[in-house]
Amino acid sequence: MSAVSGLPEISPRRRRTDKVMRASLLVATLIALIPLILIIYYVLKKGLSEWFKSGFFTTDPNGNFFGNPGGIRSAIVGTLEIVALATLISIPIGISVALYLVEYGKQSAFANVVRYFIDVMTGVPSIVFGLFIYIVLVLGHVGGGFTGWKGSVALSLLMLPIVARAAEVVLLLVPNSLREAALALGAPRWRVVSRVVLPTAAPGLLTGSLLAIARGMGETAPLLFTVSVATVLTGNLGAQMNTLPVQIFQDITSPRNEIVARAWGAALTLVALVLILNIVARLVSRRSRMA
Amino acid sequence: MIPPETTSKETSEMSKAGGPSEETAEAAPDLSALGVREGAGHAVHVKDLHAYYGQHHSIKGITLDCPANEVTALIGPSGSGKSTVVRCINRMHEEIPGARAEGSVKLDELDVYAPGVDVTAVRRLIGMVFQKPNPFPTMSIFDNVAAGLRLTGTRSANLRERVHTALRAVGLWGEVKNRLSEPGIGLSGGQQQRLCIARTVAVEPEVILMDEPCSALDPVATLKVEELIDELKERYTIVIVTHNMQQAARVANTTAFLLEGELIEHASTNDIFTNPKDERTERYVTGKFG
Repeated sequence: MSAVSGLPEISPRRRRTDKVMRASLLVATLIALIPLILIIYYVLKKGLSEWFKSGFFTTDPNGNFFGNPGGIRSAIVGTLEIVALATLISIPIGISVALYLVEYGKQSAFANVVRYFIDVMTGVPSIVFGLFIYIVLVLGHVGGGFTGWKGSVALSLLMLPIVARAAEVVLLLVPNSLREAALALGAPRWRVVSRVVLPTAAPGLLTGSLLAIARGMGETAPLLFTVSVATVLTGNLGAQMNTLPVQIFQDITSPRNEIVARAWGAALTLVALVLILNIVARLVSRRSRMA
Repeated sequence: MIPPETTSKETSEMSKAGGPSEETAEAAPDLSALGVREGAGHAVHVKDLHAYYGQHHSIKGITLDCPANEVTALIGPSGSGKSTVVRCINRMHEEIPGARAEGSVKLDELDVYAPGVDVTAVRRLIGMVFQKPNPFPTMSIFDNVAAGLRLTGTRSANLRERVHTALRAVGLWGEVKNRLSEPGIGLSGGQQQRLCIARTVAVEPEVILMDEPCSALDPVATLKVEELIDELKERYTIVIVTHNMQQAARVANTTAFLLEGELIEHASTNDIFTNPKDERTERYVTGKFG
């Protein structure tokens, strides 16, 4: 047998194509990064100094024409409460829908109809959910006019399909062999789901839920129609509340520079809240997996 | 539901037998504490079994008797229906969408396909070990073995003891006793498979089905599992699917040869390999096809 005498040459054209393709993919990635970095840079540059003004986190907007316009305390409290309630509504229901689709509905006609509607709901503009709640609950005077909890309901409608879709994908990733192992031990289906499927999927379910929460936190339109606008601090979900997105929306159109600056501070706060939530959730999930 | 007389009688027998056998545990310390009396296992009788995947008729009328406290091996080429047959015995077959089975499978006198029979009760009596080791990834070694008891809602005062006994029974105790709280997926493939057998044994079934339990293992781990099968048959009736004919020859008392959903021949392992009656069996075991 003769020895291998060199490998076939790679044509220059192939080399060139390879280089061009690699370079263009890199350029595309960089282009995608530009707006992201600019947003973070701008929000930090304009907002960070606001954080250190006296009373930014400890006072409410006061409506004075002169002097300190006040901070964003009521907006932070309102956003946290409204989003918390929306989370409590949408995540259990969303995960339940996904469990039904993956564990029971599978490819049945009904399950496919549900899937289709979830997809449609994901694409519905958020203002439509706001209008819907406005007409049904606000104009209908269910428990008062504009209230915080109606904002939560509108946000949960928005978050529900996101949670359900993300959870379905994650639950499908749980290997069937684990379900079979549990079933073959004689476990009833509900225990297979609660003791094996859900714990295995937990980190992914958490990520999907966070995505929905982050999305809900930044929504303005559904809140304008349901919570309306307030400036005073209230912890009462049954009253009109202030929220970060609505505060930003109002402040940014103000002729006063101090108030426009407050909008940037509020925007940075919103970004920071989402970031903190992400970090906390990740720490919690890591700890629970160790245990 | 399984007729309550049957199950309650069996469990009371088991607990009665559990006492004295623990005292005699010294002779065979690994297995006798499991609470099932030696040499009194239960036979599996498969009769006129037909199984379908949607329109596909994959098992075409199989009648097979698996004697108590013996190892019955199912051999045959891929697609011959070996796995489907064992999955029909503990009614796991019907978990696949569109799959169904007809005919009867009896555990002694108890028809597991009788109307009103609770499938979870059937599976508690007939445990199963799968081709690929599948420990629960979120659970520790201890929790994996305890999973069968917890998942079936069995309240056991001596859970720790039962877990330890099951780990001893599969020869894993020495390897894992100092790291019971570590995740089960941290073990090697062979250890994982024995962990899965321990999980099955901990529920104290009457029959253990094994669907190619060694096909994902290296030869050393395979040997350990085979030795384990040999010990387990003192307590359990075992039905094992294998595509490894040497394995069937090593572990099985009787061997059944399946081809295209039909049972060609079922005889003592020795006869199947040295003196097969059917020409197709002979061609298969001598490696002429399949």
